[in-house]
Amino acid sequence: MFARRGCSAGGDWGLEVTRILRSRGLWVAVILLLIAASAPWWLSAYILGVLTTAYYFGVFAMAWDLLFGFAGEVNFGPTFLIGLGAYGAAILNSQTGAPIPLCLAFGTAVALVGGLLLAVPALRLRGPYFGLVTLVAVLLLQNAVVIFAGVTGGEIGMTVPDVLSIDSDVNYWYALGFLAISAILLFGLARSSVGLILQASGQDAIEAAALGFNVTKHKLAAFGISAVFSGLAGAMLVFYLGTASVDTVVDLSIAVQIIIAAVLGGRRTILGAVLGSICLLLATEVLRPLGQLNSFIVSAVALAVILFFPEGLLGYALHRGEHD
Amino acid sequence: MRALQILIDGFAISALYGLGATGFTLLFGVSGVLNLSHGGIMVTAALIGWFAGAGHGLGPYAGTVIGVLAGLLIAYATYFAVVRPIQRSPAIAHEEKEIFILTGTLLWGIMIQVGMVWLFTDNPVTMRALLPGVVTVLGVRVTNNEIMIAVISWVAIGLLWVLVNRTRAGKALLAAAINPRGLTLLGFELSNIYLLVWTIYGILAGLAGVLLASFLGVSPLNAGQLTASAFSVVVLGGLGSVAGSLVAAYVVGYLETITAYLIAPTLRPIPALLLLVLVVYVRPQGLLGRR
Repeated sequence: MFARRGCSAGGDWGLEVTRILRSRGLWVAVILLLIAASAPWWLSAYILGVLTTAYYFGVFAMAWDLLFGFAGEVNFGPTFLIGLGAYGAAILNSQTGAPIPLCLAFGTAVALVGGLLLAVPALRLRGPYFGLVTLVAVLLLQNAVVIFAGVTGGEIGMTVPDVLSIDSDVNYWYALGFLAISAILLFGLARSSVGLILQASGQDAIEAAALGFNVTKHKLAAFGISAVFSGLAGAMLVFYLGTASVDTVVDLSIAVQIIIAAVLGGRRTILGAVLGSICLLLATEVLRPLGQLNSFIVSAVALAVILFFPEGLLGYALHRGEHD
Repeated sequence: MRALQILIDGFAISALYGLGATGFTLLFGVSGVLNLSHGGIMVTAALIGWFAGAGHGLGPYAGTVIGVLAGLLIAYATYFAVVRPIQRSPAIAHEEKEIFILTGTLLWGIMIQVGMVWLFTDNPVTMRALLPGVVTVLGVRVTNNEIMIAVISWVAIGLLWVLVNRTRAGKALLAAAINPRGLTLLGFELSNIYLLVWTIYGILAGLAGVLLASFLGVSPLNAGQLTASAFSVVVLGGLGSVAGSLVAAYVVGYLETITAYLIAPTLRPIPALLLLVLVVYVRPQGLLGRR
């Protein structure tokens, strides 16, 4: 497994850097990133649009994997955090006309505060109870959006006056850059000592606590980090789409798609979530002619992955690589 | 007058909530499975019951029976195709089975829902009343169907009580909920007990689905909401406690009815959700929970 190998917490930095530079994974990642960055020159605007959304989804799924894969908490409400970020940014922008960076920061802050308010009491709960509270949080947010329709636009959604860019290439690069930075930060965090402690508390909370780690503090930190990335990604998605609506950032079906993406790519891999999101959104486009059966097939594939390759696509590939 | 209306309407809807949640909680208590495809199973039973009853002219009673059978079949499919493979998979660590079952049944529930939309479209359907006509109780008009549904729900719950407390197989179920290991040492086959609990679950969920179709009407798109409300009722009452679920069903049912009548129909689900969050924080084991 990826995470188990990188465990020299705060060790010899020089050695660490050389080891990272020598690792095959880094160079594969750099080459993939370069190929992805050059996509606007050889892909149609239509596919670029799909990929742009997929990249934001990738950040959602990575942030979710940090909780599910590492902290071992099933968060059924990733869209609670995403929705808070998205609506926070959109409302500030439409009410005051504040510049986009300020709105993004505000949305992120709203998601972080909301996430912590939810997590501080919720993390005292175990497994299914935690999952239920996060699920209820989404339902309450959804109701709140409809009740305060005067500000939020209700079920129809709201249009924001500003957008990131009107050029699809620029939008694509924004999304890719954001995805790359988030991936580096989250992946680094997952491989750090914090990631290991999280993993330990996810697998056996009592033993981790007995070893002297503050399990709750680490899980709370994981939730906060997850909230920051989800909220920021949600806010950026709003300024890419130009609208914020329940269907695109709050609805439970979005949460399900995030879960499918993370599970498909492989839990506890962080980067697998990106792979899963891209596969999921491209598959949705390819299968679009099938209409409703589309999500049937996607769910069936994800279920098959759970049953036969519980480690997901990337997890399975890495596992095979280790054995060879 | 209005109080009586709330009392009567709330009673019927609460009985239905209780019926839907009883199977869900029994399943968790006995086999530790939280089945997130619950709403999908209810919806399947409702739609097939409606299709057989109305579409093929078999009448509401035959439709109900066929719908319950459909619920039972889809519950078996859930067990054999999704839950059991995860329980037995050597590749999944024991402490992770729970979250894999949650995600697996969630995906399965979506497959059921989409399959039903594909077969029956997403238009809501309403079964013909089991018992047509209206009676007036102390000046309040009540449909016979509403009374019939409350009666059927309570008869089913009563039969379940007899089964669990008065029969050998039922006592084995209770024992499995308390100490599965001890039960296997006494020579009981756990997989038979799991099969029994899935059978009971399928019948209860199917019946709840069909009755819901007759009372309020059902669309495949309700599946997620139905799962969420069963989950809420069960957690409010205490996971694994059947009596707790019934109490919680009445609390939720009346809260919703009171909100809908006295404040605004659009706010209907909110007080119950807030109460749930409060109870989970203050008393995570639920109203009558044992852990």
